Formats: sequence, C-alpha cells, structure tokens
Amino acid sequence: MERKAVFSVLVQNQPGVLAHVSGMFAARSYNIDSLVVGRTEDPALSRMVIVTSGDEATLEQIRKQLGKLVSAVKVRDLTEQPCVVRDLVLIQVACPPEKRGEMRQITEVFRGCVVDVAPRSVTIQLTGPEDKVEAFIDLCRPYGIRELSRTGVIAVPRDSAHSQRPGADRRRGD
Amino acid sequence: MAGDAQAADSPSATPETKMGTELLHEELLNQQVEVMFGYGGGAIMPMFDQLYESPIKFVLSRHEQGAGHMADGYARATGKVGVCIATSGPGATNLTTALATAYMDSIPVVALTGQVATAVIGNDAFQEADVTGVTRPVTKHNMLVKDVRNLRRVVREAFHIAQTGRPGPVLIDLPKDIQVATKVPLDQVKMDLPGYRPRKKGHIRQVRLAAQAINAAERPVLYVGGGVVLSGASDELRELARKSNVPVTTTLLAMGTFDGVADERLYLGMLGMHGTAYANYSVQNCDLLVAIGARFDDRVTGVVDTFAPKAKIVHIDIDPSSISKNVKVDIPVVGDAKLILEELVPLIEHRDRTSWFDQIAEWKRKYPLRYDQSGDRIKPQAVIEEISRQTGGEAIITTGVGQHQMWTAQFCQFRHPRGHITSGGLGTMGFGLPAAIGAQVGRPDKTVIDIDGDGSFQMTITELATGVEQGLPIKVVILDNQFQGMVRQWQEMFFNRRYSKTRLHNPDFARVAEAYGARGMTISDKADVADAIRDLLASDILTVADFHVEPEENVYPMVAAGKALDQMDMGAMPEWEPTESMV
Repeated sequence: MERKAVFSVLVQNQPGVLAHVSGMFAARSYNIDSLVVGRTEDPALSRMVIVTSGDEATLEQIRKQLGKLVSAVKVRDLTEQPCVVRDLVLIQVACPPEKRGEMRQITEVFRGCVVDVAPRSVTIQLTGPEDKVEAFIDLCRPYGIRELSRTGVIAVPRDSAHSQRPGADRRRGD
Repeated sequence: MAGDAQAADSPSATPETKMGTELLHEELLNQQVEVMFGYGGGAIMPMFDQLYESPIKFVLSRHEQGAGHMADGYARATGKVGVCIATSGPGATNLTTALATAYMDSIPVVALTGQVATAVIGNDAFQEADVTGVTRPVTKHNMLVKDVRNLRRVVREAFHIAQTGRPGPVLIDLPKDIQVATKVPLDQVKMDLPGYRPRKKGHIRQVRLAAQAINAAERPVLYVGGGVVLSGASDELRELARKSNVPVTTTLLAMGTFDGVADERLYLGMLGMHGTAYANYSVQNCDLLVAIGARFDDRVTGVVDTFAPKAKIVHIDIDPSSISKNVKVDIPVVGDAKLILEELVPLIEHRDRTSWFDQIAEWKRKYPLRYDQSGDRIKPQAVIEEISRQTGGEAIITTGVGQHQMWTAQFCQFRHPRGHITSGGLGTMGFGLPAAIGAQVGRPDKTVIDIDGDGSFQMTITELATGVEQGLPIKVVILDNQFQGMVRQWQEMFFNRRYSKTRLHNPDFARVAEAYGARGMTISDKADVADAIRDLLASDILTVADFHVEPEENVYPMVAAGKALDQMDMGAMPEWEPTESMV
C-alpha cells in the first residue's frame, strides 16, 4: 500500500551533499515530491526535508539508503509521529483594482498577507500545512494565477510526540 | 645554539610550510600505503613529482582502467586498501568502470585524481570533467579538496571510509593549485564524519534468535557471500559449519572461504544461475537459509518470489540496507560477519540431520557437474580441471567475465579465501589481466593465473606491457573460442542461433605476447593440454597460453531468466532428467 512519507535528514553542511542525496534518489528511481534544504542552529549541519511516496518496503529502503550516505548524520521519517508541517507559497494573482477588496478578505481568512500590489495584480504570501495552501491556491485560480512559487514542506516533530504515537492529530495550532 | 631553539617558538619566526603534495604523501605513508597503480597527466604532475623518489612502489599501467582494476585486484588479494592515481578529465573518466567494478563488489579502493585549478573549475577548461559528479553513483563516497588545509584530514577520512563498514571505493579529486599550495599544516588531523558510524557487533538478542533457528532446523543451508572474505571470517565459518553440521554453499565471490576438499560432505559448491544442481536443489528445499555476508543477488535467486520457498531466512550482514531489500528476512543480524559468528558458534548445537544429508548425497550423485569429453576439440572445462589438478587449489586465479568465468567457478578448486578474484556484481570484461597484476604485486609468493576469454582479454590487453615491465610471472590462460562466448550461448538458446555481432576475429595471441616481451604458447591439440599447463606453471616470466577450444560449448546447469532455481536447464546429456524435489 502506497503512502506519503516526509523524511527529515540532518546532513553535513558541505558542497556536494545535496547532489549525493538527490543522486541517490535518481539512481534508484525513487520519487521526490519536494525537497527543501537549509541551515540549522549548527553551522556545520544542514537539514533536508524530502517528501516522497511508495509502499512500506520502498520507504524502508529509502530510509536505509539515506542513512548509508556518509554525509547524512541522522534520518527520521516524520510521518511516523505527530509533527508540525509547513509549506510557504508566494502567489501572484491577477487582480484589477475593483477586486482588491475580495482578495484582501480571502487573504485575511487564511491569515496570509499581501506583500506586493500592482495595477493589475497582487502578490500574497501564505504559510501553513499543505492542505491549507492547496485550498488557498484553488480559491485563487478563478481570478487567474500569474505566477506561483512554493518552497515545499518543512517539518519538525511535536515535542509531545516523543512517545511516538502514530497517526496523531497534526493540525493543532496552525 | 640555544638562541635558535627559542626563535622557533617566537611569534616572529616563520613556521614550516608544506606543499599539498607533501601533505598527501605524508598521509599515504601514514596509511601504510606500499604500492600505487596509475597513469600520469597534466593535472596530476605535481603529485607525480612528489612520487619521483618516494619509497612507495609505483606500477605504471597503460590505461587508467587497468590501474583501477590493478588496485582492485591488489585489495582483493591482500585485504589492504588498493590505491590508484590518474590525471584530470579523460584520465579520471577512464577510471569510472574500475570504480564501478569495485563498488558493486564492495572492495576498498582509494582513487586520487588530478583536477584543473579551483579558479577555472566549471569553465570547461582543458581536460576538465566533473569527476565527483560522474563518479558519485559508483563510489562509496567522494570529495573535492578546495582548501589544502583540509587535505590530510580528507585523505584520512577516505581511507577510513574505504575500508570500514561495508568497504567500497572512495575518490579524492585534487585541483592542481591545491596540490602546489603551501600552507602551514594543521597539527590536528582529526576526522570529521559525524554521519558515519558503521555497526560492528551484532545485537545479542538477534544472535540468540539465529542460534535457536539453526539448532531447530531439520534442513538448513549456510549461504555464504563475499562479506565473509571482507571480514576475514573463514575460520569462524568452518567452525560454524562443522559444529552445527550444516551444509555450505558459496557465491561466486566467496569461493575458497570454505574448503570443499577438507570438508567435502558439507560443501555444495556455488549456487545460482550457473551453480551446481545440488546447491540449487538444497536451497529450494531447505527449511532455514542462513545468509552470511551475501546480498541475494539476482544471479543467485532466480525469480525472487520463487527463491527458497520453504525456508525461514536468517541474514547476517554489515549493511542494513541489504537486509530485506530483495527477499524478506525473518531474523536480521546487522554487524561484522566475523564478530557475529564468534558470538554465534558457542550457542550452536550439533544435530545429525541424517535424512537431509542423505538427500543431498543423492542429488550430488545424480547431478554432478559434467561436460561432454568426446570430440576432437579441446574442451574449456578440461583445461580448467587440469589447472586445478596441477595447482591443488593453492594458486590465485583471476578471471574475465563470461563462460570461462563460470567454468572456473565450477571446475576449479579453491581452498583459501582471496584465491578467486573475479568481477561479480558489475561483470566487467577485461578485469582478469590487470587484476592479476595487482594480485601478483600484492602476493609475490603466490602463483597467479588469469583464466580469461578471448573477448575479455582484448579489452585490457595493453596491460601486458605493465606485467612485463614489472617482471611479473603471471600465467594467462585464454580459453579462445573466437566468440564473445556467454552472449553466443544466449543467442543459441534464446535467439535461434542468430550469432549477431558476437564472432571475434582474433590476433595470434602468442605472437602479441612475444611482441610485448612476454612468452607465448598456442595449444590446439587435446593431447598437449596437460604438458602445456605444466610448462606454463613452471614459467618464470609472464606467459600467455592461447588454448583453441570448442567454440559452441555451453555452461550448464543454467537457470534461465524468469525461472526458479530448481528449474535448471541441465544440458543435453541424456541421463540428466530434472526431477521433482524429493523432500
């Protein structure tokens, strides 16, 4: 049975590490839905969050292959525990002046913010779990989306989650 | 003078600077490197200059692929890290096949490549290639050194990674300006590998579960792979097999880890696509399969869903990603084979298992390895049998890839580990001669024989020059059938004998050998085989013996694609009728 998995991989902050990880996925034909990498509180380490999917045997192999990489320090499958998951989108929507009010309303409901206004468009920034971001994009579609840029997902486990309860609620406090 | 000693500590004195190549050389000596195999070029000249008067022995190949295979053969024969060196661009890309070969068989190799200066990397400079990019999928790890102060640490890390955990090739790319950079070297050269913690000791609970399973099994089999060679666990394996009274089958890479002459009753020979019938029947009918340092490769399993259908599976392996990758494992034990077997053996009880051994003896009697000995032409299997007879399992044998490789595994006795050196995982034609060179350099006391095919041999034939230059008394046996033999066999069996592009028009190999300064022999008469081999083995210079053999001989048994291990094609000999398993 296929499911989605979110792998959080702590890696050494060195050139070539991203290529090692993505190369491994490509070589073994594993799918990457999204991949985000950034620095952490430790300058020697970066964190990668990779969203992939597959059946249990495949996901098990992916986890092991990630662990095998010399530059990978720690690998976790965050979908095995409650975690806070966030995606960031910048969306430029076609918006004539008479529609600006509507756009602002929709944006407020979703707790996003307008970061740019132009004569015929507005640019809105929104963060949240993936389904919230998807819902907002769907709402914007009828107006006409000029351009859209998403970071992909980052995630941290909920602190209360170290008891490893699977499938627990993931939507508190977003 | 006292004043000078003080001046060294005072802040105004100039600390001693060292050049990148000096630091690299120092670390190689620190790693106890005794030999390097390689070929030079522009971007690696500073390092070659450093090596000019080095105590490290240097073997100059004639192609970088040869140098890579030599380092590989050296590592397989000695257990040490094989070191090879090449220049940038084409020199480094020529190493790719050799690195992939070592990678697939988990061999500890360190490759040093020159690279263009850091300032011009990415500018399509002369002889520039993205070597770390090209070799990333075929190395255990690779590094590009961009600061000479990291150089010694990186080299130390490379050697550590290459030979620990599941071994593998590691490449270090060295820009030319880094090689000549002079900086004050760091006092501390501590490795920085927070993500690399190979597991050595098995979990005691898993070891106990494995012991219980073995003790309870009625029809167990030990399935032994290359990991037992890498771990040096042959003695522990013999103890386990004898104490538990469990038969042993070995993969291609593990031939010689179990002495089938001393323990004939317990030995099943090689299993898999061209393994013995009795090994394959044993696996398909066993109730417990104990895999030690083996990875359930598709040449061994046949169709994976049909493999060992009646067995519970114990898997002892150092690489957790190997466990349950192809075949579901019931009792995994992650760690080093030797250490795990040491803990396992005391928990083992002897059991008679008479009916299992009677069944195995019956299979051995009905389905021995055979070939048709009639006809005028020399049979390749006969040549190998004669070599085995005359060397008594004491020689180091390297091979190319193909029919000759399979017949060598079938008809040659191997009594010690590291005596059979062959490209298993990648199946690289041309491996035989350079690997023999590496093996002979590493084990000068041993007789080294490259049993090769006419196809494979020609892929790296240029290394004859290296062998002669180094004065290595390697014996090359070419089973010359004027074909790319294994492909021809498949064309015969599956493509209606349409021999498309597999016929080889060969040179007179004996004359080629002589032109290189070696000795050459040509044998086409059956009656001459034994004497020719005697003559060959007595030779003290590199000798090539070209045996003209029966061209349409096939390797049997064969498990064809899409078949299970017990659905072997046994060949055309009339009394070989495959029967249903009897247990």
